[in-house]
This record gives sequence, structure tokens and C-alpha cells, in this order.
Amino acid sequence: MKITIADVDHVAMLARLRFDEDEKAGMAEQLSRIVEYVEKLNELDTGDVSPMAHAVPLRNVLRDDEVRASLDPEEALRNAPDREGDFFRVPRILESE
Amino acid sequence: MPERAKVGTAWAAEAAGRPGRAQDGGTGAVACASEFEPVIGLEVHVELSTKSKLFCGCQAAFNAPPNSHTCPVCLGLPGVLPVLNRKAVEFGIKTALALNCEVASFSKFDRKNYFYPDLPKNYQISQYDLPLGTSGHVDVSVDGGMRRVSIKRVHLEEDAGKSVHESGTITGSSFSLEDYNRTGVPLLEIVSEPDLRSPEEAYAYLSMLRSILRYLDVSDCKMEEGSLRCDANISVRPKGSSVLGTPIELKNLNSFRAVEKALAYESRRQAEILARGERITRETRHWDESRQVTVPMRRKEEADDYRYFPEPDLVPLEIEEAWVNEVRSTLPELPGVRHERFIREYGLPAYDAAILTESKDLADYFEAAVAAYGGDAKAVSNWVMGELARLMNATGTDIRDVRVAPAALAAMLKMIDDGTISGKIAKTVFEEMFATGKEPSQVVAEKGLVQIADEGELARIVDEVIAENRDVADEVRAGKDRALGFLVGQVMKKTRGRANPQAVNRLLRERLVPG
Repeated sequence: MKITIADVDHVAMLARLRFDEDEKAGMAEQLSRIVEYVEKLNELDTGDVSPMAHAVPLRNVLRDDEVRASLDPEEALRNAPDREGDFFRVPRILESE
Repeated sequence: MPERAKVGTAWAAEAAGRPGRAQDGGTGAVACASEFEPVIGLEVHVELSTKSKLFCGCQAAFNAPPNSHTCPVCLGLPGVLPVLNRKAVEFGIKTALALNCEVASFSKFDRKNYFYPDLPKNYQISQYDLPLGTSGHVDVSVDGGMRRVSIKRVHLEEDAGKSVHESGTITGSSFSLEDYNRTGVPLLEIVSEPDLRSPEEAYAYLSMLRSILRYLDVSDCKMEEGSLRCDANISVRPKGSSVLGTPIELKNLNSFRAVEKALAYESRRQAEILARGERITRETRHWDESRQVTVPMRRKEEADDYRYFPEPDLVPLEIEEAWVNEVRSTLPELPGVRHERFIREYGLPAYDAAILTESKDLADYFEAAVAAYGGDAKAVSNWVMGELARLMNATGTDIRDVRVAPAALAAMLKMIDDGTISGKIAKTVFEEMFATGKEPSQVVAEKGLVQIADEGELARIVDEVIAENRDVADEVRAGKDRALGFLVGQVMKKTRGRANPQAVNRLLRERLVPG
């Protein structure tokens, strides 16, 4: 499957990434090669194979419902780019209409 | 935002995929708006009342100081691993069973990717194609009949944080503040099929769902605190048609009343559009509580594209039959079944049974009182639904905090039966019991409320009243029955309610009415 520049634009937008035209062309080329490689699977009949849910053959890793200490708010906020009181302060979410 | 989750609402996707057909009913001749019926499905999110969050040990607390319950896992810091809370899974299985779902023998978690500041990881751990429960149903009583509402799916996911917008609204704010205490609190999403046919049915379904979840003790379901949230999908179609119209998604439904009102408004709005021969545009609308209308939300330029993929940080769940059975054995008698039993076993009217069984605690209270009383269950029902409910409402008291023990109510009812107190005085006694938690016998003794049992004493008072009200007594003698009531009232007043009205009536008649 060929990945087009439009596909790259779409995925880049979803991932909030910005590329210049050269980078987009490079991405399209590389992603095409990756997807084509995965397409090798089509050579096999996987009709009887159920989709893999996980690479590790483990099941039911669970913990009991017990409360453990949380971070001190000061500690939690230490890497925050901006704060106000004990809140994380974030830029405007939606432009006004 | 979990409330944006549209996982598995396949009927919506289906309808979206055939917009042309969906509009068939609305095109052609201009029709009357009343010839349309709404088709409604609800998507409900409840916060599970586990002690800790879904994937970390932070306390799942409401109203705590901002960012006081966070850790590297729920803050989405690099290099951490989520570990699933067993209790949350059990609550999910329990709910799935109570909603008559098939519990998945194999289930897994998926990442739902989107950017929003209340979601620090930039993805929400949710369930996509293998939810905990599928294909269930709930029976809801509407207009005296029963409607079976199909449950499409029940799945577990994590809640997002809470945003506070600088100027109160998201669009008017130049910045927002984030509190991640709620981030990672377990949520159960319950999606109904579009089986509801009126706003009233949607209300009844939501009430039943809340009642069931509270019986199960898996969530406190407080809509005002956000532990129960509801979005609705609604379309309209010509009555009798089996084609689905274009669904509109409704948001900002912050109370049961808002759900009902927004659906009524939207149903009318859509019917009017179709009646004019126009088309409905698929969109998300916001319920404006102050104006009592729905308004379109800002349109997204891109359709939702969440790029779900299996969560590599969590291994799948294998839910064995033994585990399901173990959870099944903890299911309480559910409100629907209990409702039927109250009618059958106690001979209660359906109305009483419905009100008493809505809350497990109220139903438990009633049954304990009936057992202690041993008399007519309807009398207990009358007191619970009457005086008790009135005082609870007036004082804002929860049934769990009521100071009158069921046995004390029963004791008071026996005092009425054996004539110690009158039914009228009992109300005074009950108010005192409610306020102080005292036993009825103590209240009666302290306040001197024992009914006058000595007929001679009562007769003396009756004679006094006749002597003091000669004119009225003459009227009774002349056959004016209504005047008798006045004299009974005077006796009750003189005895401060301690007389038995029937006895007073009889004594007055013996003296004033010949033959």
C-alpha cells in the first residue's frame, strides 16, 4: 500500500506534528516501505488465527484495591510548564467563536 | 474525555454510514410534527466506588484539594506501568451480570488516542472490541407496562481530570486549570441500544439503571457530583417506520430532569424539521440549561479518529466461569424482582412497591419494620412513604441516617393498634422519634400523649363540651350532622388529641342523636 502525502498530513495532524514538504515526502516513502513490509503477512492464510491481543503470554495481572501514597502536590507539579496554586495551568483550549 | 467515547455505538455508526436512507422518512410530502416518534439510546458513565484508582494506588476521592491524589502512573509520566484494579473488574462483571449481559471470557484494554488537557497521557485506556459485557437488557416499567431496553455493551475505562476554565466558559477563557485527582478513577460505560421511544422512557430507564447500580453498591451514582453522567443519542422517524433517522448526540445533561427535557426539546425540534421536508444534519448538540434549548457544539473539522490499538502495558483478562459464578453469588435481589415480590408477598399496590424498592436501603427499612410489626404491611408502607418520607425530605436526611429504627416504627404502629395512641397523635410521636431517636413509649410517656382509655373520663369531657356549646348541640339534635364534627373537634382540642375520635363520636351521638 502506498502512503500518500495526504495520509502523512492526516496522521501528522492527529499526532499534532508539523513537517516541511521534504520531511513529508521522506515520511511517505518510509511509511510506504514499512506498510509494504507488513503486507507480507497477506501471503499467509490467517483465516484461522485469532488477532493477537498481547505479545506477552501472561493473563490477569491484577492488584488488590488498596490505596497507596500519592505524590505531594508540590512534587506532582514540579515539572509543570505553568501552574496556578496547585493546579496545572494550560493554554486556551478552544478559540472563541 | 470519556464522555466523548463512541466505542461500540455501532448503531450510530451504521446510521451515519447511510445518511441517504436515514432521511427517507422525512422527505416527500410535508407532514405534521406529531406523526414522528423519537428513537433514543443512552450512554451512561458511572464512577465505580473503589478505594483506589483503576491502574494505580492513588485514592479515588471526590472534592480533595487539587492534585493531591496523583502519581507518576495517573500523571502519565514516562516509564511507568499501569496495574489493573481487581475490584474494578469485579464491579464491572457484577454490573454486566445484573444487566443480563454475557460476560466476556476474554477481554482486553485499548488505547483511545486524542489530545485534551484533562488527559495527561494523551490517550485514555478504554476497551474497544472486547468489552467486559455485551448483549444485556433491563426491564423498565413505563405507563404501567414493561419495556425491555437492550444493553449493547458494558466496558471499563479510566476517567479524565477536571478542567476549571479561567472565565467560567471554555471559549471565553485565555487559559484553563487542570486537576488530575479524577484522572484514572475507574469508569464503567453502559451503552443502551436505541430502544427508548420517549423522553419519559429514557428517564425511567436511567432511574432503573441508577437503582440497580446502587443496589449493587458499585457506584453512588450522584449526577450532581459527576459520578453518573449521561449522553443521549436521539433521532426521529415517522411513526411505524423501522428505519433509523440521523442521530444527534446530546451533551451537558447534568440532571435526570435535564435528560428528559433536552430529549423532549430535541424530539420536537427534529420532528418540526422533518415535517417541513428538511433534512437533519448529524451533529453534537449541547443542552443549554438556562435557555432550555439545545445548541450545536462547535463542529470539528476532522471526524473523530481515535486510532484505537491494544494497550501494550496491560495483559489481557481471562475471565473464567468460576470467577463469574463467584461474582454472581454476591448479587443482591435486584429492584425489578424485589418490586414484584413486594406486590406478591405484602399485597402492596404497584405504586408503593415501586417507590419502596427504588432504593435498597429504603426497601430494607420497610422489610425490617414489617417483620418487627407483624401486622398490615400496607400500614407500614403508608408510614414509610408518608410521614417518614416527608420528614426525610424536609430535613434532607438519608434513609441510612434516619434515627427511627424499623423496630421503633413497628412498636409505634402497635401502640396505635392497641389504642394507646390515636393515629393523629402518632404523627406527633413520630416527629419526636424522628428528631430524637427516642422509643415511642418514652415519647408518649414524656409528653403525656397516652390516649384516654377511661370511658368515664372521656364521657365527662364530652358532657362539658356539650354544656359549653349549647347552640351547636341543638343543631346536632335538629339533625345537622355537620355540627357534630365541630363538637368532636372541641373534645379533641380539650384532650390535646388524646381522645379516640371514634369513641368521642359515639359518646356524642348517644347523647344528642335520638334512637
